[in-house]
Amino acid sequence: MTDVAIVGVGCTGFKTVSPDVSYKELMFEAATRAYQDAGNINPRKDIDAFISVAEDYWEGFSIFDEFVPDQLGAVLRHLFTVSGDSIIGLGTAHMLIKTGHFDVVAVESHGKPSDILTLYDIVSFAMDPVFNRPLGGHPFYLAGLEMNRFLFETGNTKEDCAMVAVKNRENALRNPYAAYGAQIDLDDVFCSNPYFYPMNKFDISQPADGGIVLILASDEVASDLNDCPIWIKGVGWATETPSLESRSFGDAVYAQLSAEMAYREAKITSPSREIDFAEVDDLFSYKELQHMEALRLCDVGEAGQLIAEGVTGIDGDLPINVSGGNLGMGWALEASGMQRLLEVVIQLRGDAGERQLADVEVGLAQSWRGIPTATGGTAVLSNC
Amino acid sequence: MSEKIKHFPGEAVSGRDIRDGKVPCIKHRPNVKYLWSAGVAMSRFIEGMKAGKIIGAKCVKCKRIMVPPRAFCEECFRPIDEYIPVKDTGTINTYSVSYVAGDASRIKEPILVAVIDLDGASKGMGILHILGEISDWKQIKFGMKVKAVWKPANEREGSVTDIKYFKPFKEG
Repeated sequence: MTDVAIVGVGCTGFKTVSPDVSYKELMFEAATRAYQDAGNINPRKDIDAFISVAEDYWEGFSIFDEFVPDQLGAVLRHLFTVSGDSIIGLGTAHMLIKTGHFDVVAVESHGKPSDILTLYDIVSFAMDPVFNRPLGGHPFYLAGLEMNRFLFETGNTKEDCAMVAVKNRENALRNPYAAYGAQIDLDDVFCSNPYFYPMNKFDISQPADGGIVLILASDEVASDLNDCPIWIKGVGWATETPSLESRSFGDAVYAQLSAEMAYREAKITSPSREIDFAEVDDLFSYKELQHMEALRLCDVGEAGQLIAEGVTGIDGDLPINVSGGNLGMGWALEASGMQRLLEVVIQLRGDAGERQLADVEVGLAQSWRGIPTATGGTAVLSNC
Repeated sequence: MSEKIKHFPGEAVSGRDIRDGKVPCIKHRPNVKYLWSAGVAMSRFIEGMKAGKIIGAKCVKCKRIMVPPRAFCEECFRPIDEYIPVKDTGTINTYSVSYVAGDASRIKEPILVAVIDLDGASKGMGILHILGEISDWKQIKFGMKVKAVWKPANEREGSVTDIKYFKPFKEG
């Protein structure tokens, strides 16, 4: 069956605000860079299909799909929108190419949270109107509930989570695409305001604007478009129940299931040995540890120990979120998962500059759709 | 009700019953607010409206002058080259007569909506707006010339409504 590779990436951002450009202009810039990166292809004739990943309420438009074509060069072409996580968008493009009907497909996702005046009200609006919404409060208390249960079940600690925040903010200093690079220490995290016990302010990623476009191609044309195609070995996605009353709060089941789907396709049986580095969702600091365990990158209860020993640092044996993750790059709504994919591609190409990891062949990108969802995706990529 | 069925079993529920809370239902008004960055192209358009001008964008490759303006040519997929004003006169491309208001209520004076191909813009490019100073809508014809009627300068706020409406216009 057809193999599929990522042959072009384009990114603009990420910045805390972007008042200088409209969302269309932001998308146009990311697309222009991606097309240039993919052998300077002309989207008006060289791309067979386009997928945007967007959600109406983030954009502030009903039926946002219709506002997408112009800035991607997709007018009068074959386009649709995936209202979901961006790794699900990647999986959809992957499948389009595997049908044999498409050779080159573009996937776009962006976030412009600075355009939203009531960001957290929109998150609340995603909660059940009968059972949950009337209780009020900031919806991120759900992350507090989850973090508390996760620490209780696994024995990982608040200190371990704070170490994630310190590591990822520092990693972000080496990433020009990151909005929130900073040198902070554990005390800074502990002294930051308590927000949702056991979580403090610095355990929470902050909004950022930016856009990313990826170009996927079949093995027939991939090498013509890029000297270093990055192969998609497996993609998976899964959703748990929306019911907060019956959901698993300790472990990220959606991440386990999405990873198992991706591992099956990629023929990976021992992820901790076969995967060289990973970019995992860390919208909240504990999420990095919880996702590492769900992805079987370590045993349950072991993630905190790994970060304490430096294993997941840039010089460690299993670097996690060298890009800075969401804590360092910023929470870019549906584009948060695209950030993870982008970094894996850049690392596997050897283009990561001062944050380049040595001898990497297999990387993993994993995403979560954020509060209050229990949806996520996983992709395994390789340069050989 | 059909001819065969004169009465459904059970109790009829009216809209009022729902509003009065006789039927269990959930009411929620979301707090959903945005402040979009206008960006490069739309900012030019907004500033133009304040100045009483309709701004277009020119692509030298396909030679189109596009209204509304955009930062890129969607046909050639390249940045546009220049922002230039087009005329505030044009011809009616298509029109409709809207007898229903935004809340679906009937309105006595129908709203005359039209797409107007603006003079100075490329064919098929222009503005969606309303028509005024027309006593009987049957006077509207395809290809009819119309001209913008602007609000006074001190009342303009950078909106398409800085043009009150387009009215019939005879050239020369």
